[in-house]
Amino acid sequence: MNEILRMAFGALGVNKLRSFLTMSGITIGVFSVIGVMTAVSALRGSIEVGLSFLGSNMFQFSRFPAFGVNGNDEHKYLARRRFTLDQAQRYIEFMAGTADVICLKAFANGNPVVQASYGNHKTTKRVTFGGTNQYFLKANQFEIGTGRNFTPEDMDLVRPVAIIGQDIITKLFPSENPMGKLIKANERTYTVIGTFASKGTMFGSSEDNIIMIPITRFLMDFGAEKYSVNIATEAPSQQVYNATMEKGITAMRVARGLRPEQDNDFEIYSNDTLIAAFAKVADVISSGALIISAIALLAAGVGIMNIMLVSVTERTKEIGVRKAVGARKILILTQFLVESVVLSVTGGLVGILLGTIAGDVLASLLSAQIIFPWGWATAGVTVCSAIGVVFGMYPAWKAASLDPIEALRFE
Amino acid sequence: MSPPAPVEARPVRPVGPLVIAIEGVTKLYQMGEETIHALRGVSLEIRRNEYLAIMGPSGSGKSTLMNMLGCLDTPTAGKYEFNGHDVAGMVDDELAEIRNREIGFVFQTFNLLPRSDALRNVELPLIYGGVPTHERHERARQTLIDVGLGNRIHHKPNELSGGQRQRVAIARALVNRPSIILADEPTGNLDSKTGVEILALFNDLYEKGNTLIVVTHEESVARHARRIIRLHDGLIESDGPAY
Repeated sequence: MNEILRMAFGALGVNKLRSFLTMSGITIGVFSVIGVMTAVSALRGSIEVGLSFLGSNMFQFSRFPAFGVNGNDEHKYLARRRFTLDQAQRYIEFMAGTADVICLKAFANGNPVVQASYGNHKTTKRVTFGGTNQYFLKANQFEIGTGRNFTPEDMDLVRPVAIIGQDIITKLFPSENPMGKLIKANERTYTVIGTFASKGTMFGSSEDNIIMIPITRFLMDFGAEKYSVNIATEAPSQQVYNATMEKGITAMRVARGLRPEQDNDFEIYSNDTLIAAFAKVADVISSGALIISAIALLAAGVGIMNIMLVSVTERTKEIGVRKAVGARKILILTQFLVESVVLSVTGGLVGILLGTIAGDVLASLLSAQIIFPWGWATAGVTVCSAIGVVFGMYPAWKAASLDPIEALRFE
Repeated sequence: MSPPAPVEARPVRPVGPLVIAIEGVTKLYQMGEETIHALRGVSLEIRRNEYLAIMGPSGSGKSTLMNMLGCLDTPTAGKYEFNGHDVAGMVDDELAEIRNREIGFVFQTFNLLPRSDALRNVELPLIYGGVPTHERHERARQTLIDVGLGNRIHHKPNELSGGQRQRVAIARALVNRPSIILADEPTGNLDSKTGVEILALFNDLYEKGNTLIVVTHEESVARHARRIIRLHDGLIESDGPAY
């Protein structure tokens, strides 16, 4: 066996470029699946161990599901009424005493694109710009760096004030204290009353490139009819979370004026439902990657078969010599099978290595823990061995069945 | 390339027990519509420590007989016994085993594995014979020394001259201590001087008790043997001492 392995590696070493090209087909197939699986597993793992979309004990109303709206359902969600500020305020009244921490927010989200300026200084083309209330910090785990939070008076009096993130400070106030300064955003002017402490990035985008103003002001300046208000409620404790959510749904139905026989015309989601929704998206991506890799590996397998057939033809004389000096059929078969398995498994190992690196780089860009996907790596090696055997079998059998006389005469 | 004719008669060694017994062997090939009678009924006995030349023009059945003696092929009809074993009825793997243990091949074009060094080429039959690594190295090295290549053990075929390559091939044929050594035009690809050296080596091997069968169309080569068989049209035309 030792000798057969030695022969196989020797033969592959002779045609280094050819072996490399053949292997790279397998490498690419394995790379794509391992890369995606590593990234998805890393993200999933990080989400499960505590990365939260929402603050703890929060639930949230929205017109659209969190992930995975497909084309067929889109019109159904688009037909839903927006959440208006009126509805939100009625909801808050109903919930008084049950849950007091209720964050309202609405974002420009590109409609319109917002760029802020202070004197000659400008922010990037697209900043996160929106309106909210004093509970934004709690619901989204932001903290005030300097200055003050919004107050109920800011809401009631529709004050043109703003709290800005670290990226905005860097751009607009490289050498000044931003507090009390007037910044311009889409031809409107806001007084800076506070700054957010830096949060870093999440899913690859900076959370510090942000300007928030009172929601009443936002809807007035940018057009109440264009936006739906997102309502996030925090239950006072884990124990009363479900009860609070029950009451919240009822309150929202009343606020939206739904009759008892009508279905909810809104989505409600919590950390759990978001994680579940993410898992669903991850599953779709994973199965897509699996299918693509399967096709790539099939093509690579055909490539291996092709190259092994060429190799058998080129080495006809060698096979003749081996048979003349007494190689039994099974030994010739094994020699060529080992060659094709070595090709595909080596290609697979390189693919696993590169895929893991790429997946982990992606995962760390999205601030997830890096992992090594043992399960997928094992599956990868197994599948590659199988490819080597399946696609190497015919060429190897052909080599083993050569007539030694014909083979020796081959030039 | 005609080596000088031997001046004195070579000593003929006493022959040993029967190695090959062929009786009424025929071989037919189907070439499209046509049936070719390569051998039409050949009977032949070869004993241990003979030095035999098989001669004949192309198309005489010389190659077919050689393939059959070398257990690369089996007869269409007739009897072939090798050391008492019935070869005619053997399957491929059984033939491979006989070739491995009993027959050493020397080819016109050497047929060495180009990427392996001399030692490894010589080891090849031992690998397929399942000889353990250490013993294998030792036997291959000793055989290379015996054929005069003790200082070329780790050279690859392309680093060796034609004569040296043929010596490696001869070492490969000898290493399993086979019952017969079967050489097909062993000097055909060599210049005359080197050819003479190889034939001298064959004579040494014969003197040491080996059994040699040389297939050739050259009288000058055949004359080194002690017995010459001439084939014509698939039949033995003559069988007798070389001189």
